[in-house]
Amino acid sequence: MTEALPPVVAVEAAPATPEAIETAWRHVQLARHAQRPRTLDLVSRIFTDFTELHGDRSFGDDPAIVGGPALLDGRAVMVIGHQKGNDTESNILRNFGSPHPEGLRKAQRLLRLADKLGMPVVTMLDTAGAFPGPAAEERGQAEAIASSIKLMTGLQVPIVVVIVGEGGSGGALAIGVGDEVLALENAVYAVISPEGCASILWRAPDKAPEAAAAMRMTAADQLELGVVDAIIEEPGEGAHTDHDATARAVKAAISGALERISQLAPDTLLATRYARLRGLGVVLEGTAGPAPTVEPPSFRHRLGRLLRLPGVPRRPRWSEVWPSGDDGSDEGGA
Amino acid sequence: MPIKFPFSRRREGPTDAWTKCPSCDSQIFNKQLERSQRVCPTCGHHFRMSVGERIDLLLDGGSFEERDAGLESGDPLGFHDQKPYPDRLETARVKTGLREAAVWGTGAIDGQRVAIGLFDFRFMGGSMGSVVGEKIARCLEGALAERIPAIVVSASGGARMQEGTLSLLQLAKTTAPLTRLDAAGIPFISVLTDPTTGGVLASFASLGDVIVAEPRALIGFAGARVASGTVGEELPEGFQTSEFLLAHGFVDMVVPRAELRSTLTRILRVLPAAPAEDGWQEAPEVRGWGPIGVLSGLAERLGGAVSETIGIDTETGSTTGNGNSPHAHREDQP
Repeated sequence: MTEALPPVVAVEAAPATPEAIETAWRHVQLARHAQRPRTLDLVSRIFTDFTELHGDRSFGDDPAIVGGPALLDGRAVMVIGHQKGNDTESNILRNFGSPHPEGLRKAQRLLRLADKLGMPVVTMLDTAGAFPGPAAEERGQAEAIASSIKLMTGLQVPIVVVIVGEGGSGGALAIGVGDEVLALENAVYAVISPEGCASILWRAPDKAPEAAAAMRMTAADQLELGVVDAIIEEPGEGAHTDHDATARAVKAAISGALERISQLAPDTLLATRYARLRGLGVVLEGTAGPAPTVEPPSFRHRLGRLLRLPGVPRRPRWSEVWPSGDDGSDEGGA
Repeated sequence: MPIKFPFSRRREGPTDAWTKCPSCDSQIFNKQLERSQRVCPTCGHHFRMSVGERIDLLLDGGSFEERDAGLESGDPLGFHDQKPYPDRLETARVKTGLREAAVWGTGAIDGQRVAIGLFDFRFMGGSMGSVVGEKIARCLEGALAERIPAIVVSASGGARMQEGTLSLLQLAKTTAPLTRLDAAGIPFISVLTDPTTGGVLASFASLGDVIVAEPRALIGFAGARVASGTVGEELPEGFQTSEFLLAHGFVDMVVPRAELRSTLTRILRVLPAAPAEDGWQEAPEVRGWGPIGVLSGLAERLGGAVSETIGIDTETGSTTGNGNSPHAHREDQP
């Protein structure tokens, strides 16, 4: 395990070197490897008596998210994770690990159960992102992600997050808010898929490797940015070569993390989690000089308003400070 | 048709005096567009508004005071796509006169004091990076500190790709204070304007106690292009519009711009902040993780029920029942 470094404030903006692009892309491919251990592969090796629970109690059951109580060395914990398939058939069943709103609402239900019983929560992230289809929109994909995040920020039990494969955007963060965030060595975490980023910023989906390097999505980069607290080393060429050894390493990391954060009283736990989230990001303060203000009306203006003279502004207007201009914007968000 | 004199200087007519309505193709004189609050007088199309115009539209004249105006973005990733991120920021600053895609401050709506955050879509698509997230979080915390209602007017493409996962984590940063507003009894009103998509919709914007949308605004999790491209399905009529969200139960009302201020006034009047004595406090409950902690936590949660069934006189601490339960054991027992 490697300890987190303080976040880097600013790096010179420059195109990524060919080596960096190659490294980043290799990590993306390893994170997506067909033989990489999936959530259930790890759960069966790490926990005992895993009891999978189904359904969100309002719409349906989403096989892209699995979860339920289990024992970790005899102690009860709630396990929730994205579940990808291992072949075409299981991937279709699991929707390639991309949850619909009902999957996230199932997760919320399990989180509330953990809160009720005082059980620590372990989540495993492995998704390309929340599913973007019309059915997901109709059932409120954005609301499901938002309310999951909100629930996790206020949960009174310890939460350990393990990024096991792809940490893809909102669909990953929806079950990825925790007190300790661990990542497997070849896992990746990003705000948008490299293909999506490339097609928006480069206007060319085949620039995905460049986008992957620019977004600095490898576990090591995330550790440097302070998003991830520790990295779990993978055996040999990667986790796909030895599921058992990977599971042992993940188990040790989870136990260690739980050991640390379970010491904290719930109020300290919540305050620490809040401070952690509030501290994320780079914000430079007060380097830009005084802020624009609306001028207080002059004597002429006040007199003019009183006498209703033409051409005198009714009141100070912020639209003169920040007027509308041309609308075109090419750098949307994700 | 004016007669042109061959030797007079040709008058350069302002080319930007007219705007074409994208909805009904009619030409609108810009002055008229301003007077009609940037709503097409022919078809009612709502044009996007700058932050300044929004403030003039919603707040009492002269009441807005900007807070944290000096916050500026860093470049934590050294992000470089077709041009460096700092260059894109500088271009947006020059174009809009803003320092970031959001501002926050305090002001009054019909005399009722509020904390308000506003997005400007022209600044890099209103995308949410560290600074925008910080401003929204401070807006919500400001509302909490002053015990006044919070309002955020969103217009954003989502999380800002150029800050990678730090942008993604802004979803959690902006959502965490809402848990505190809930506990403190402070209302939060979310106003969705064209367009509100991606990470902004998947966080605080979807979590308003009341959610108001402007007519025919684009509101959705994934861009419509992404949704149809991924799934290859026909998109339903009016997909991802305000009206679509209203029909599916994700917004409370769709309000034309002319009525937005009066609607907010009414909402603020009927949803006052709770009295201060119910204020937010650090959770006093202490519950460790481990057999003893869980048991004591359980006992505390069961509270009255435990003491009733085993008959503890809670005032004297003496046991009147059989007293075999470990919960009932007290050191001062006879």
